[in-house]
Amino acid sequence: MASKQPWLNPAVAVGGLAPLAQLAVQGAQGQLGANGIEFALNQTGLFALAMLLASLACTPVRLVSGWTWPARIRRTLGLLAFTYAGAHFLTYAVLDQGVDVRAMVEDVVTRPFITVGFTAFVLLVPLAVTSTNRQVRRLGFPKWQRLHRLAYVAAVLGVVHFVWRVKKDVTEPALYGAVLALLLAVRVGEAVRKRRALAAAQRTA
Amino acid sequence: MRDKLPPEPPGSEVTPEKLYLRRRELIKNAGLFAGTAAVVGGGLYLLGLKRTQPMDGFVPDAGAVAQPVVPARGAFDTAEPRTSYEDITTYNNFYEFGLDKNDPARRAHTLKTRPWTVVVDGEVHQPRTVDVDQLISSFPLEERVYRMRCVEAWSMVIPWLGIPLGKLLEQVQPTSFAKYVAFTTLEDPEQMPGQKSPVLDWPYVEGLRLDEALHPLTLLATGLYGKQLPAQNGAPLRLVVPWKYGFKGIKSIVRITLTREQPRTTWNLANGREYGFYANVNPEVDHPRWSQASERRIGDSGRRPTLPFNGYAEQVADLYRGMDLKRDF
Repeated sequence: MASKQPWLNPAVAVGGLAPLAQLAVQGAQGQLGANGIEFALNQTGLFALAMLLASLACTPVRLVSGWTWPARIRRTLGLLAFTYAGAHFLTYAVLDQGVDVRAMVEDVVTRPFITVGFTAFVLLVPLAVTSTNRQVRRLGFPKWQRLHRLAYVAAVLGVVHFVWRVKKDVTEPALYGAVLALLLAVRVGEAVRKRRALAAAQRTA
Repeated sequence: MRDKLPPEPPGSEVTPEKLYLRRRELIKNAGLFAGTAAVVGGGLYLLGLKRTQPMDGFVPDAGAVAQPVVPARGAFDTAEPRTSYEDITTYNNFYEFGLDKNDPARRAHTLKTRPWTVVVDGEVHQPRTVDVDQLISSFPLEERVYRMRCVEAWSMVIPWLGIPLGKLLEQVQPTSFAKYVAFTTLEDPEQMPGQKSPVLDWPYVEGLRLDEALHPLTLLATGLYGKQLPAQNGAPLRLVVPWKYGFKGIKSIVRITLTREQPRTTWNLANGREYGFYANVNPEVDHPRWSQASERRIGDSGRRPTLPFNGYAEQVADLYRGMDLKRDF
């Protein structure tokens, strides 16, 4: 992968991590406003979903545009999504709940809003673990690919988590949901097209 | 004329030939790197911009109070550390000015709080239509330091200035049919641009049972921290009911109507499963989506346990004797 654009992935990583670094610095200085923990929760959650959707957009963008660079940054975007989801979870567990395990278990078990968010995060863990080239080879590509379709499940749960979080106005989470639906539609359309092409090829053969 | 060339730079400073030959590519790549990083970081920044952004040292201007104030007396007042004026005036839920917590502080300047007329009517013998300054100056202004617990599980300690609602109600003489009090916020989308979007059924309406309204803790607030109430906190007149969730504290009131029937209140209409009419602070009754057992005090880190009736059980629990507070939440 010593590609013709050696700057691409480092740039995405640096740009993607910059807001996290800013949050950490401002948070340490108490500059995140009246309710800094809520602010950090909102920002990390939003960025996790945005990065997850960006990683899921890579293949549809490649299919539609023919560009190849989206495929090269997909892993970086996915790992950024995992990083933000992890920061979101840690902000909740450590800063918000003070590592009160009993309260957190009750939250996860009894509150659908938190259940779906937590599940989305848990689903991202095996994807992050199997993100290296070595793991792709170990699993074999078809199996790896099937496993990584979980990213769509995590994204759906992330959007639901966002919808259930807002008190009244669901415009913003609905926008993320619409983007996700569009990305899914492109993938489904592509799968249908492939299957038809395959069937046609079998008929002529 | 010089004979000698300037001294050559040391060998360590000479760019290796390999890099020299690639210099244009390296510069181009550095530019692309910086540009791409800026696009990704900037994109995230823009996505996050709409969310509750901290305000930079913004403190709104609120005028001094014209009349003498009865200082906090202690009986109902908490000695807990007061939340800072800046936090109280920049972290608000006031959907008439937007959904983010800092929207009211940035946008509520469009509200014209003077002249302001308040109507007190319904089941009363002496209905009144009165200028707010006249109303305020006809009672002694009292300072009350109350805990404020939001249904979103954060809390503050606020030194209010105001009039006990009971004193106003005594003056208008409720009839024997009066069972409830309904409060209405101004409806004017030009002054309250948030009303242009239908997130809630405008105007905002809140209500209390008459005995709750007459309770000495219940306050019509006109100021805080010894100054006039800033617009974002509900100027010129707002309700404060410290044992109930904050959304009961209706802001910028134009009408107070005594009624026979329980008023249809805004959040209860919007989502009755999540927001009850009573909305008494109760750690035992969770919001369907989050726990009400604990709260985050603004300015503190970590959480603290939430108290029944927000710590005012001794004063108000009697009002609800015999009621099932899990059903009537």
